[in-house]
Amino acid sequence: MSSKLKTGDTVRCTFQGLDCDGKFITSQDGMATIKLASGYNIGVPEENLVKTGTYETAERKVSEIVQKADLPKISIISTGGTIASEKDYRTGAVTSQVHATDILDAIPGLASMARFKAVQVCNILSENMTPAIWKLLAQAIYDEIKEGARGIVVTHGTDTMAYSAAAMSFMLKTPVPIVFVGSQRSADRPSSDNTMNGLCAAKAALSDLGEVVVVMHGTTNDDICTIHRGTKVRKMHTSRRDAFQTIGDEIAGTVTYPSLEVSLASHAVKRGTNELALMDKLEEKCAIVWYYPGMDPAILSAWKGYRGIVLVGTGLGHVGTHMVGSIREMSKAGTTFVMVSQCLHGRVCDRVYDTGRDLLSAGVIEGEDMLPEVALVKLMWVLGNSSSQEEVRRMMGSNLAGEIKWRSSE
Amino acid sequence: MTGDYEALGLVAGIEIHQQLNTKEKLFCRCPTTIRETEESNGEFFRYLKATKSEMGELDRAAEEEMMQVRQFRYLTYDTTCLAENDEEPPSPLNEEALDIVLTIAKVCAMTPVPEIHTMRKLVIDGSNTSGFQRTALVAMNGTLPGGAGIETVCLEEEAAQRIEDTFFSLDRLGIPLIEITTSPCMHTPEKVQETAAQIGMILRSTGKVKRGLGTIRQDINISIKKGTRVEIKGVQELDLIAEVVRREVHRQVTLLEIRDELIKRGASVEKTPVDVTSLFTGSNSRVLKSAKMILAVRLNRFAGLVGREIQPGRRLGSEMSDYARKCGVGGLFHTDELPAYGVTEEEVINLKKALDASPDDCVVIVADRPERCHCAMQQIIRRAELAFDGVLKETRKMLEGGSTAYMRPLPGAARMYPETDVLPVRVTPKRFLAIEIPEMIGDTISRYMREFGLDREVARQMAYSERRDAFEEVIASGIKPALAERAFNSTLIELSREGAQVHRIADDDIKRILEFINTGKIAKEALSPILTAMAEGKTPEEACESAAPKVSEEELKEIIGRIVASRSEFIKERGGAATGPIMGVVMKEVRGSVDGKIVNQILREAISQVLKNSG
Repeated sequence: MSSKLKTGDTVRCTFQGLDCDGKFITSQDGMATIKLASGYNIGVPEENLVKTGTYETAERKVSEIVQKADLPKISIISTGGTIASEKDYRTGAVTSQVHATDILDAIPGLASMARFKAVQVCNILSENMTPAIWKLLAQAIYDEIKEGARGIVVTHGTDTMAYSAAAMSFMLKTPVPIVFVGSQRSADRPSSDNTMNGLCAAKAALSDLGEVVVVMHGTTNDDICTIHRGTKVRKMHTSRRDAFQTIGDEIAGTVTYPSLEVSLASHAVKRGTNELALMDKLEEKCAIVWYYPGMDPAILSAWKGYRGIVLVGTGLGHVGTHMVGSIREMSKAGTTFVMVSQCLHGRVCDRVYDTGRDLLSAGVIEGEDMLPEVALVKLMWVLGNSSSQEEVRRMMGSNLAGEIKWRSSE
Repeated sequence: MTGDYEALGLVAGIEIHQQLNTKEKLFCRCPTTIRETEESNGEFFRYLKATKSEMGELDRAAEEEMMQVRQFRYLTYDTTCLAENDEEPPSPLNEEALDIVLTIAKVCAMTPVPEIHTMRKLVIDGSNTSGFQRTALVAMNGTLPGGAGIETVCLEEEAAQRIEDTFFSLDRLGIPLIEITTSPCMHTPEKVQETAAQIGMILRSTGKVKRGLGTIRQDINISIKKGTRVEIKGVQELDLIAEVVRREVHRQVTLLEIRDELIKRGASVEKTPVDVTSLFTGSNSRVLKSAKMILAVRLNRFAGLVGREIQPGRRLGSEMSDYARKCGVGGLFHTDELPAYGVTEEEVINLKKALDASPDDCVVIVADRPERCHCAMQQIIRRAELAFDGVLKETRKMLEGGSTAYMRPLPGAARMYPETDVLPVRVTPKRFLAIEIPEMIGDTISRYMREFGLDREVARQMAYSERRDAFEEVIASGIKPALAERAFNSTLIELSREGAQVHRIADDDIKRILEFINTGKIAKEALSPILTAMAEGKTPEEACESAAPKVSEEELKEIIGRIVASRSEFIKERGGAATGPIMGVVMKEVRGSVDGKIVNQILREAISQVLKNSG
């Protein structure tokens, strides 16, 4: 029955002697979702439906927003995060919008700030992000900056935003701000953080910054967005607006809301410091391994042939002594091991205890105070852009994009 | 007031919202406890934005709310969580709440929907941190025993409690609510009230609903033949419902009369306000004298109509004022009511002169900061023009006494979309079949009268009482119904009138007292002082001790001996008839701590001894 039905078709539902009319929305496992005239949806078995009419597509009003030519240009590069979305109340569907006008429409206030150009790199849930897409993203950002964008805003799902921000930090040298932004609460709700995050991100993209950053809610209030360095930021909560936190560093700045005043920390890289460059080679045969008590060393053999492994060890950067043999073996065979800590806060030091010294002798590189995800992305990039094991060691141990801070202040 | 409702074509329906007394909230695991604002443990603030509906236009009601960009503040508690803060997705729909709603559906002979889908209904007045209210249609198409049709029952989440204006308390947000919507099947004010009472009775019969002011709210939809549908929100007092309907009908009739009169007069509305600030620099009116700006507008041939009463205490001018308040102004003045409020006759003459107004015209003025004045004036002009339409589709709020004020336009239908974070819930025929229908309170009253011999009023009190279950339990365990009723109802009412905090007494403690009485540990005469002591916070044992110290049989004999000895003359004089009066003296002395039967027996023996000795 429902195979013939299309979303929006009118149907009559009959159940337990009751007839009611509605619109067919969708169906799953024999249960159809029907929207009643009152706006409520109900689920009705498919066999209880009779089609009574065909969906007439209503014309969507396209709002006309005229962009002002004399404003600076910002490119909004979307990857599928729902910074702008639209609800169809007839079907209940929420679709994300990627056209510049839709974004301007969804976030009133943007249009008076800058001229916007929208570029779509992909339309994915951020958990489906891949290094291959990072390359497309880096290329798109590079092109936009080359064409004269005063700043870049990348809309991104929050789940893997920190990985992507780190990847761009290594893959691009930028004279202008590259600002990652997203929303923790879906854009379809009146309480969504997309408006505030979007406005603050745009403002940061026009600011005096010259590096890759993440701009997201700083507190649970709608009062301030924090500017985080792309290599020192982590999503630290599943659902709160202020999920993104800078770890192991000072924040790079703030944007107040609704006044939209940007203030940058002294250590933030300033606009024009670097010249534009794209270095988009990545070695994708890299993995991250989280150690736990009693871990079977045989697990490591599953990564045989991988060129790099980030070990997320305990405390100062340890794994059980029983792991050392396997690590030494793989290391000899050409796998680079980098040690970071499950503590997230603080620096790895494998020179304090025997196990640590054993790991160093087995070839493990200390990952300093790098965040695990950042170490992984960096390892991919370093392995893709180096010609010798010595160079890998040297680069992994150097601060390339703010990912290592040599003085621990907290 | 207007009387012939049939001729006027009155059509009314009601929506009843009742909080459910569940252990946890509808979409999180927080308790459904109402808190004092002083107990708050934190505060945060947010802005809400209006989102566009499918045709690319803002919802009318949403647009109205957006006229003022507002910051909303929220109080949190140790009984609220990230779900109320709109910082966490909802938990699955509360099954306990769903069972209560299914029970009501079954009582009303409704058909449950095969699968329940939770929706998001846009509400951007700040009362929901998310900007929407979660709501689910549970059952459709029922009938009340009295014949009124029930269209739907829904399960919704309660909104946050407004402390003031844009400041809310989150304790109430998320408490499960049942929404019962009748069909528009009522044609007299009395029928509306009667139906509301009947639904209220059914809700109470479940024993699973919250009690007290604000836990039940009635919205009434009213229209007359030539008028249009108006929704009156938040009627809390059942007894006022008929009066609210009567006043709304009168309002609609009068607005239609005003419309006809305006058309007959050829009235019109000026579009451009005039700045009259300078006219009032020396005014006795504090509002006008201190105002940064005063704007005025001429309503041609409106004289007398702006001041026409449409409800007790309400005029057409009040409606304009409600519109103007949306811009933040406190209110307005119009020449139908001036001179007054410190405005002199001379000022009125000057005002009319400045606007070139004839005696047939009405001039409306508003005083505030310039931006508010301009905004308010646009609203006043809009409302004046709308007077030519008669009755408007509006959501109104009830004022004290039963009149109403404008809140916002009636929302369009398209304000709902799916709550994708909550999975649908199937209602299998097996589940619905297993729902037990509780005894209706009306039947409980009859049963109490029949089986327990209670008077109708006492039976009614007992049937509606929160202590009903405990009351029935003790009777089942062998306590006499009359005593149980006194313990769980009458005595508590009496003590409560005297100011005792009887709500502090737990049902189980009353049960213990009744056990003591049943086993002869204490006399039933001691019930009142013991309950008084328990209302002060004493345990049953402490209360018995303090209110009725134990008297041993030996002590009792001694007391009786003493009393009898001191009254021997009286006994000799009256013989056996002296027992009654002396009994009273003894009972007073032992303060009810001994069963009257035992006292009576010992006393009789003592008296007959005296009589024998003297004889």
